Amino acid sequence: MILYDYILSASCYKVRLMAALLGIKLDLVAVDFHPGRAHKSAAFRDLNPAGSIPVLVDGDLVLTESTAMLVYLAQIAGPQWLGEASPQSAARVQNWLAFSGRLNSSLGLARLHDMLHFPADITACRTAGHLCLRELEAHLTQVRLEGRIFLEGTAPSIADIACFPNVALAPDGGVELRDYPSVRLWQRAVRSLPQFIEMPGIHRLHDLKPAPHSGAAA
Amino acid sequence: MIPQAVLDQWYPVAMTSLVGPWPGRETQLLGRPIMVFKTQSGAVSVQTAQGQAVAVTLAYGHVWACLGTPAQDLFALPEAAQPGRRLVDCGVVRVKCSPLRAVENFLDIAHFPFVHTDVLGAEPHTEVGRYEVQIRDDVDEVWATKVHFYQPQAAKSAAGGIVTEYMYRVAAPTAAVLYKTCPNRTNEWDVIGIFVQPLAEDLCDVYPYMALFDDVTPQADLIHFQQMIFLQDRSILENQIPRLLPLDPGMEIPTQADLTSVAYRRWLKRKGLTYGAQVVAA
Repeated sequence: MILYDYILSASCYKVRLMAALLGIKLDLVAVDFHPGRAHKSAAFRDLNPAGSIPVLVDGDLVLTESTAMLVYLAQIAGPQWLGEASPQSAARVQNWLAFSGRLNSSLGLARLHDMLHFPADITACRTAGHLCLRELEAHLTQVRLEGRIFLEGTAPSIADIACFPNVALAPDGGVELRDYPSVRLWQRAVRSLPQFIEMPGIHRLHDLKPAPHSGAAA
Repeated sequence: MIPQAVLDQWYPVAMTSLVGPWPGRETQLLGRPIMVFKTQSGAVSVQTAQGQAVAVTLAYGHVWACLGTPAQDLFALPEAAQPGRRLVDCGVVRVKCSPLRAVENFLDIAHFPFVHTDVLGAEPHTEVGRYEVQIRDDVDEVWATKVHFYQPQAAKSAAGGIVTEYMYRVAAPTAAVLYKTCPNRTNEWDVIGIFVQPLAEDLCDVYPYMALFDDVTPQADLIHFQQMIFLQDRSILENQIPRLLPLDPGMEIPTQADLTSVAYRRWLKRKGLTYGAQVVAA
């Protein structure tokens, strides 16, 4: 399975993270998104007319939307990541996948603006980002009061993986997360998942690892 | 009021390959708006908002400008012209930090295991051994030599963990270069640089740069590797306090591993290069 990838892209990281959590090995093809803008080249548009990354190719299957890639990977290797089977739960997961698009066009664009000079109305991006975060905070606080931690149901799902990257990277775009304690705790839960991988701007939980030499009596 | 010594230095202002016709790249240098553009004859020009042309040098894939009277020629980097090396422009990344902090972070080794985990360093190999630091008066540069560090993946072309030897060099106030063990050629060094454009005292554009011996790795992979490393630093840099780099002792307590940083700060202070620095009156 080939992922056309950019190391700094939140959407590409979504797919890398999902694959890592599921134990799927991806063949990564680096696309010179910045500074080369290779994703806008004619050759790349032959693969994806939208000229966007990531692109996932598995045999004849070509996917150009990261949320669709999450569904595909989960269907192959971990259907429990699709959420619970009830119509309500399945639909709510889809709702979060669409919500992750809003995160991308607000927090994600603010980050590309601040970091890589993308043109954007930065104030509008950040305002829209805060609105998304308030929605997320309200939901996650309710979830915590019910004794749960993930977005949907009792276990992590593709909903969490879809929303996590742009939220965790929000400070890169000048949106601080200090006012969102439930969001912060949820992020910690995602970062604690077995086989979690980091990306630049999202560090692993050093503080949860055993200290070097502890119990190194052997 | 910007000190004259600051104005008389060279600073990177654009990647040469991306400079277009008027108005070109509209940016700023030391808080002043500038435009970097190609004239009709194809030459690269840098102008202030008042239409005044400033000194320009093209080197190492980048456009360098000086708002005052250049105190010296731009630093030499002979490796850039060495046959067989691949020059890799890694784009530009904006960071909300002092330009001097960006350079200082580049000079630091001790953070590798914690920020570049499993790539440039790994726990428990966190010790920075003794190394040598000099302010070389003949070239007016800061050098650190005989730096050794264990690295799980020192470069894109490294197959596994190796003890990497480094030399660090502050070649200009906001430009630093490191020389590190080349995984492919034992008798050569890989050259990696960081060129920092001071937009304001607490905001900069950073251009990572590489001149490597690596015939195999695709260009995009090399760019991704270097961007990965630098972007791991970005979130740290944006959260450093105080925002400006303290040049006087007392604000921050250096350790043995910080010798290069100590020398860099001393050198900046001696030369009066206080833009982006915090100076406590004596």
